[in-house]
Amino acid sequence: MSVSVENLSVAYRSRRGDLTAVDNVSFTLADGEIMGLAGESGSGKSTLGNALIYLDQRMKQTGGKVRLDGNELPIANTKAMKHLRMAEVSLVPQYAMSALTPTRKIGTLTDDLLKSHKVRNRDEVFAEMKRRIALIGLKENVLDKYSFELSGGMRQRVTIILSTLLNPSLLIADEVTSALDVSTQRAVGEMLLEFRDRGYIKSAIAITHDLSILAQIADTITIMYAGRLAEKAKTETIIGDPLHPYTQALIASLPDVGVRHDTTTLVGIPGRPPSLTNMPTGCRFRERCPFAFAKCVETPPFVEVKPGHQVACWKVSQEEANK
Amino acid sequence: MSTIKVDQVSKLFRATSRSGGLTPALRKVSFELKPGEVISLIGESGSGKTTIGKIILRLVDPTSGTVTFDGKDISQYSTRGLRDYYRHVQGVFQDPFSSYNPIYRADRVFELVRDVYFARLTEKEWDAKIEGALDAVALNPGDVLGKYPHQLSGGQQQRLLIARALLLDVKVLVADEIISMLDASTRVDVLNLLVKLKRSGLAILFVTHDLSLGNYVSDRTIILRQGAIVEMGATEKVFGNPQHDYTRMLLTAVPELRKKWKHTPLEVAVAANGSAVAADVIEASPNGAVASAVARASLLDELSHTEQVIKRDLRTMFGGTRKASTKSSTVAVALEPPALNEFEPDHLVAEPE
Repeated sequence: MSVSVENLSVAYRSRRGDLTAVDNVSFTLADGEIMGLAGESGSGKSTLGNALIYLDQRMKQTGGKVRLDGNELPIANTKAMKHLRMAEVSLVPQYAMSALTPTRKIGTLTDDLLKSHKVRNRDEVFAEMKRRIALIGLKENVLDKYSFELSGGMRQRVTIILSTLLNPSLLIADEVTSALDVSTQRAVGEMLLEFRDRGYIKSAIAITHDLSILAQIADTITIMYAGRLAEKAKTETIIGDPLHPYTQALIASLPDVGVRHDTTTLVGIPGRPPSLTNMPTGCRFRERCPFAFAKCVETPPFVEVKPGHQVACWKVSQEEANK
Repeated sequence: MSTIKVDQVSKLFRATSRSGGLTPALRKVSFELKPGEVISLIGESGSGKTTIGKIILRLVDPTSGTVTFDGKDISQYSTRGLRDYYRHVQGVFQDPFSSYNPIYRADRVFELVRDVYFARLTEKEWDAKIEGALDAVALNPGDVLGKYPHQLSGGQQQRLLIARALLLDVKVLVADEIISMLDASTRVDVLNLLVKLKRSGLAILFVTHDLSLGNYVSDRTIILRQGAIVEMGATEKVFGNPQHDYTRMLLTAVPELRKKWKHTPLEVAVAANGSAVAADVIEASPNGAVASAVARASLLDELSHTEQVIKRDLRTMFGGTRKASTKSSTVAVALEPPALNEFEPDHLVAEPE
C-alpha cells in the first residue's frame, strides 16, 4: 500500500476563523493504483490534492495523518516536505499549460529544477528524460524550445514528464486534461496509464470534475462532496452500480455519446452545494437528496458496505444491513 | 423567416508577435442557421469556431465573405440598424464568472438592456417582462434578483445571461461554450433550457468542443478543422456515420463512461548505441495510420506546424514587401478549403487535405 490517509482535515485560515475544506478524510491507495477524485467545484478535491504536497500559507492541517510507503508524510512541515517533493510526491498543477516559465528553454528549466532538488546524477536523468520524450512521440528538440513554442498538448505532456522524472511514489494530477482538446486529452490520459504501467509513478490521484475521463484512466474513483468523501469503489462499480444518491445523480446527468434530446431527457441535480462558511449539520447532501430522512441530520460514517466499496450514506448502510 | 446565412466567410488574423504573419482563422465557411434549429459547431482549439460566432455577432469583421440576416448583409447596418440587429441576435459566452461586473448586482445586466431598448416601459411592465424571462430559464426571481454575481452559482449566472437575451425579441442565440465551465449537475439544466428555447423557435449556434454535448442538443452539426468545414449535416448522420478521417478520430477520442479506450502500450525505438531514437512514427505513416492516440496527437502537433508554414508564406505575401503582397492568387490557394462533396442528403464531407 503506497499511500494511506487517515482522518485528514485541512482548513483555510480566515478572519472568521478556520474554514474546514477537507473534513475527516480517510482512504488508501494500493501500489499501482490510479485513484480518480471527482466532485463539483468547491468540493475540496483540489485542496485535498494540494495538501498532500504543499500546504500554503492560507492552509493548515487540523487533524489526521498521511503515510507514504509506510513512513509518515510530514505535510504540515514545509521544510521536511521540500526533500520529498518531486522525488516522492509530485504534482501536475491545475494550470499546467502555464506551469512552464516562458523565459527558459525546457532543457534549461529541467536542469534548474534538478539542481534545486539537489539531484546529482543529472546526466542520467537527462538521458532518461530523452527516452521518455521519445516514448510519447515528441521529438528530442523540445528541450531546446521555449514553452510558448509548444502547443498546449505538448506543454501538458512535457509538464507530466518533468513531474514524474524522479519516479515519485505518488503523483497528484489536478485537472490535467480539462483544458485540452479531445484528441490530446486522450493522449495525455493514455500517457498517465503508460507511465504507471512502466513504474514511473507508483500511484496517482487524478483530480477532475469529468467522470468520463476517470472512467478511462482510473482504477478506483472517489467522489467528494462538500469537503467529505461520499463514495469510493472500483471504477466499474462507481459508473455501473453507484450507491450514494449524489453519485447516482452525477452519473445520470452525463450524456452518453449517441444520446439525443428528442429521445432522452437528462436531469441535473437541483440546488447547489453548501458554502464553506455555512455547512449544515449531518449529511451535507441531505438538502439536495431525494431520499433524505430523519436519520440524515446525523453525520453518516464513511463505511465499507461491500468489499472495496465505501459509502457515507445512512440509507445505503441501512439497506445493506437489512440484506 | 429570420435566417442567418454565412456565405464564403474567411478571416485572416494578423499575428501579434514581432515576427508578424497572418493566420487563416476561417477559410470560406458557408452554412445557414434556420429558426428552431440548433447547429453544433464543433472543433478543437484554433479551428475558428469562436471566430464564426464573433463574426455573426459583428464583434469581428470577416476578411472576405458575407453574413446575412433575413437577406440583409449585416456589415451594412447603420448604428440604428445594428441596434435592431442586436434585438434579434444575441450571444452568451463561455465564462459566466467574468461576464458580470463583480461590483454591481447581477441583475444590472437587465437594466443595461432596459436603458437601450425599453426606456419607455413602465416599472410594472418591465418587472413583468423580467419575470417572464426568468420563468423561461427556470430561475426563481427571489433567488437571483438583487444578488451579487458571487452569490450565484455558475449555472444560475449562465441562465441569467440567457434570460437577458430573452428580454429582447431574440431570434438567434450564439452560445459559445456556455456550459464547459459548469459542473455536470448544473450543465444539464442549461442544456435542457436550450432544447426548450429551440422548440419555441429560437435558432441556436452551439459552439463547443465537447462532442457528446453537441450530439445531445443539436439538429445539425458542423465539424471545423483549421478554419475549414470538414464535415457537416444532420447530427445523427455525422455522428452515426462519420465519413471524414478527422471526424472519426475525434469520435474515437471522446471519453465515454461505459466504454474504455483501447490502450496500446508504447514502445521506444532504440538505436544500436542504446540511445532512444526520436520517434519517427509521423514520417513512417503519413496517412494517419498511427497506432496509438499518443502518437496521433503528435501528428496533430505536426499539423499545426504545417499551419505555421502557411503563415510564413502569407507573411511574405502580405507583411513583406509591397511587391510580394500583390500575389493575391497564391493567398487564395493557401486559403482554399478542401472541396465539400455530398455523401448523402444533408451530409457533406470534405476531401482529405
